[in-house]
This record gives sequence, C-alpha cells and structure tokens, in this order.
Amino acid sequence: MVKVVEVRGLVKVYEGPGKRQVRALDGIDLATDRGECVVLLGPPGSGKTTLLRAVSGLEAPTAGEVHLGGHLMNGLPPRIRRVGLVAASHALYPHKTVRGNIEFPLKAERVPRGTRERKARWAADLLGIAHLLDRRPGRLSGDERRRVALARAVAREPAVLLLDEPLSDVDGRLRAAARDELRSLQRRLGTAMICVTHDQAEAMGLGDRVAVLDAGRFRQVGTPQDLYEEPVDTFVATVIGTPPMNLVPRGDRLVGFRPEHLLPAEEVPPDGRVTMPLRVDRIEFLSGDRHVYGRVSRICPETRVIARLPATVTTPLAAGEAREFAVPADRLRFFDAEYGNRTAPVRIAG
Amino acid sequence: MTGVAADASPAGRRRRFTDRDGPLAWAFLLPSIVYLTALVAVPLGLTVAFGLSDATAADPTYRFAGGRWFATVLGEGAFWRSLGDTLLITGVSTVLVVLLGQVLAHVLLADLRGRWLIRVLVLLPWTTPVALSAISWRWLLDHPGSPAGRVLRAAGVPPGDTWHERPATAMAAVVVVHVWRLAPLAAVLVMAGTAAIPREIRDAARVDGAGPWRRAFEVTIPLTLPATTVAALVTATVVCADVTVVDLLTGGGPAGSTQTLASLALARGADGGAVGPGAAIAVLSLPLPLAGVVGLIRVLRRS
Repeated sequence: MVKVVEVRGLVKVYEGPGKRQVRALDGIDLATDRGECVVLLGPPGSGKTTLLRAVSGLEAPTAGEVHLGGHLMNGLPPRIRRVGLVAASHALYPHKTVRGNIEFPLKAERVPRGTRERKARWAADLLGIAHLLDRRPGRLSGDERRRVALARAVAREPAVLLLDEPLSDVDGRLRAAARDELRSLQRRLGTAMICVTHDQAEAMGLGDRVAVLDAGRFRQVGTPQDLYEEPVDTFVATVIGTPPMNLVPRGDRLVGFRPEHLLPAEEVPPDGRVTMPLRVDRIEFLSGDRHVYGRVSRICPETRVIARLPATVTTPLAAGEAREFAVPADRLRFFDAEYGNRTAPVRIAG
Repeated sequence: MTGVAADASPAGRRRRFTDRDGPLAWAFLLPSIVYLTALVAVPLGLTVAFGLSDATAADPTYRFAGGRWFATVLGEGAFWRSLGDTLLITGVSTVLVVLLGQVLAHVLLADLRGRWLIRVLVLLPWTTPVALSAISWRWLLDHPGSPAGRVLRAAGVPPGDTWHERPATAMAAVVVVHVWRLAPLAAVLVMAGTAAIPREIRDAARVDGAGPWRRAFEVTIPLTLPATTVAALVTATVVCADVTVVDLLTGGGPAGSTQTLASLALARGADGGAVGPGAAIAVLSLPLPLAGVVGLIRVLRRS
C-alpha cells in the first residue's frame, strides 16, 4: 500500500554561526498510513519542527527523500504538496475574517466561488466555528483561533495534516477533551496526521505511534505502550512517563523500573521479586495516588527514586520512615551504564 | 529585641529624592517642557504675532495691525496658486515615495551579496543635507555635460531650452528631488513593517498554496499597511512644509509656478522684507502639515 507520507534518510544541515554546521535532522526514516496519527516527541531543538517543515516543503532537505502519496516531492514548492499545516502560533491572517482565512487556500487553488463557500462552511461546521465566520482573529479566544487554523488546514481536504504543538496553549484541564476532539476529527476526515510536541503526556494520548526524537535522530518509534514498557534506552525511559522511570546503578548497568511497580514488599507476590529498603523523604498526594520520594539501597548504592502507590495500597507511610519495598523481577529493565542502551537482564538476588 | 536586618542602619531608611514619584516625575518632564516652550510655542506665537503686525524688515517696531495681512494674502492670486502647487507637489511626491519605498524596502530585505553596500547606497540620499543635495541636483540638471544633461539632449531636448524655464519641468525637478531624498526614509519604515510580519504567517501563505503575487497582495501589503501609511504621512508632512528644495532649485520660478506656501512665506516675509504678510502666509499654511501630523498620531495610536 502506498504510504501517505514517506520520508527516507532525511538529513538537514544548517550553517550555524562561525561556519559551524548543525545537523538538525540526521538520517530520518518515517512512514504514515491513512488515518494514522504519528507524534514526534522530543526536547526543544531536537529537530521535530524541522522535520515537519521538510515534509511541508518549507525547508529543503540536505539529503534524503520526501514522498507524498508515493510521489517524490524533493524540490517541489509547498503549493504543490497540498498539505494542511497548523503552526504553533496558529498563524492566522490578522487582516482577514475567519471566512477569509478558511477560504484563502481554496482561493489560491482557484476553486470556484460557490464551491469555495460550501467547503469553507463545511470546515467551519466541522470545527464548530460557523458562528464566527465574520469575525477577525484579533477578537477570538485561543481555542477559537486553534479551530480556525484547523478549519483552514482541512478546508481543501489534504491527505496529511501537519500540526506543530497543536494543544500547547490549551488549558491543562481541557487537554484530554481537546485531544479526543482532534482524533475524532481526523477519523472523520480519514487523513494521516503528524503532530509535533514536547509534552510526553500529549504524545502518548494523541499518537497511534510515537517517534522519540533527540538531536535529529529517532531514538525509538512505536506504540505508546511499546515505548512505555520496552524503552530502547535511558533517554526514552526517562522522557516517557510521569514520574519518569527510576534508574539505579548496579555495576556496569542501570536497573530501571517504573514508579508504579515499586510497592511495599507485602503488596508484591513473593516469588520472582526483588526487594530493597526504601527510606521515605517526602510524600505527595496526587489524585488518589501517593507519590513517595525516597532513597533505595542494598541492590545499589543509595539512589533517589519515586514510588507511585495507587489508592488501593493503604500501607501507612511517613517521612523519615524506612520500609521494605519490592519490584516484580519481570518489570525490571536493564541498560548499559555508559551508553544507556538496553541490555540483557541480570539476575538480582532477593 | 526585635532587631531585624532592615532596622540595622537607620541611615539607609531615609526616603531619598529618587524614591518620591511626584517630584521625580516633574524633574523628568522639565526638559521636554522647556524644549517645547522654547522651540515650538514661542516661535509659533511670534509668527502669529507678526502676522497681526505692521513690522517690516526695515522697520521692525511692533504695531498691531489686526487681520489686515490675512485679508490681503487671501485676496492674492499668488496665495491660491501656491496652495495648489503645494498640494500638487505633495501629492505626487507622496505617491512616488511610497511606491519607490516599497520597492527599496524589498531590495533592503533581500538576501543579496554585498547587502551592506546596497543598504548604504539606498540610505545615502537621506543622510545628505537637503541644501547640499538640492544644489547637486541643480548642477546635474543644468550642466549640459552632466549625466542628466546628456540624457536630456539625447532625448531630443534642445540644449538652449533649460528645464527651469518651463513650469512643468521645473515642477518635475522639485518632485524628483523630494522623492530622491525621502524614498530611503519610506523604505526603512516599510522595511521595518515587512520584517515584523511573523515568519509563521509567511509560511502559512506558502503552504496554503499562494503564489508570489497572491502572497504580496493578500498578505504582505495588507500587513504592512500601517507602516506604509506612516511613511506616506511623514513624506506628505515633510514635503508640504519644506522650503529648501524649492528655494534652492527653482526659487519658486519660473514666474512663481513652483512656489509652495512655505517658500512663498519665505520669499515675502524674509527675502521681501514684508514680515506681516509672510507670517500670515506661514500661519495659513499650517493646517496642511498639521493634518498630516494628526493623521500620523491616529495611525500610531491604533497600531
């Protein structure tokens, strides 16, 4: 099957100050199907936005190929690529009404007036902004602007939607709802979607697949569950999950375990577990869970860790107290202490 | 004992002059008040006063004459003709300056080799003193051996017939010098407006499929409209109130056909010694640049 977007061996080198070369993208391979949402997750400067711009044609890659719908797009201007792009700032035309904004790409394609109005109306209805068509962007709320930008992007029914930090300005409590709405919009349109974000919760919630980017390279591409349970290195392990995976040193390895797997020993079945004493420093009570900040020892030199105790675990705990904790052995992940890459498991007694 | 650190040194607790907002505000405002009084209010008041007086260059004693000079000036054909010329020169210069400013702004912004040299060359006319450039232009247009003279002769203009003998060419010369010296200012203003358009909006227009023309006419130009308006108003105000170019280039001639209100006021009041009528003309010409300034303030307040 032809991929909606396919990127092969993409490299982008920028001429930095003082002739210093910056490799913003360093050999990227990525493909997306119809109806799929791929999220690019990475810290600022990891190349996420550059990749999005290379797909849209705003940035010419130094090497590698960009295919859209099976056609090689290298060297072709954005105009021909017909992608829907929503910038982080939404980039609405401030002097045009909402209607003018949504109709602009259709006008550029010389869609006849009647069709244009019908399509703009359809896009506005889809995003629930039909009542705002005659307003100017300056008089809209952040949420309304986001909807206008999306309506403008979908109005000409592109095969792929490229979204740069689509929900970064949405209030924390409304994020889940906004994510849900974005995905159901995409399902109705059947487009492919590539999103960029630095927020792991957003990436995990939005993406069918998440691609973790660092310094212009993919560390790992996989389903949210894959990334969470089987991180390929310590970078992915610590970027994904809040609180992040605990990493404790043991010889030439780092032993990793998720905070929710570190529980009071009596809560973990005795066969196949690794126990360790935990000295409690501080406890946070967050939506029913207790986040226990403390230090573990015996299996490693004393190391700071976080344990997340669900509401169902009622063991009394107080700061300053020491107690035996345990992790199921099959939940342990092992990484090379020097390079951070995943290694074979090591037996730990106890 | 309630000894806290803040109480430790009583000297440090005294309120200084710079802590008192009221007197400090007046201290900061004083220079601008002095400046406005000495350089704006006093000269303006004097002009109005002279317009109402009998004083001449030969006999500068002040005798109140009432509105006599205003009536005289308003009854003269020269005044109305100069008003028309002022409007014509200002209008044509402004349109040309804005057009040229737009073009030059893009030249200034373009990522060309040797950009600094281009910028220096574009801005040079603006930095040259007006009197100096008017004289240079005069030579350029007058001298048969100058580049402009050669072009004119090649275009079939007979050598004996010089540009300042005909009203149309004299007027054109005035406009050319105004455009030449004010276009760089307009270019810088428009350039600032263009550079202030967010990159994401330019990108959006490209991804939305707009070609260069559509991007220029539907995105760039509308978004630089405030800057362009400022450039137009500044140009109009400066041209309208200018005496140097007309005075040095044509002296208002031939036969008063390029006289603007400002240069007429100068010719009558200072050169002709008729202080009263000259001042009256100056006062009557004030509404024109004033309108430009008011427009400017309104645009700036809105953006």
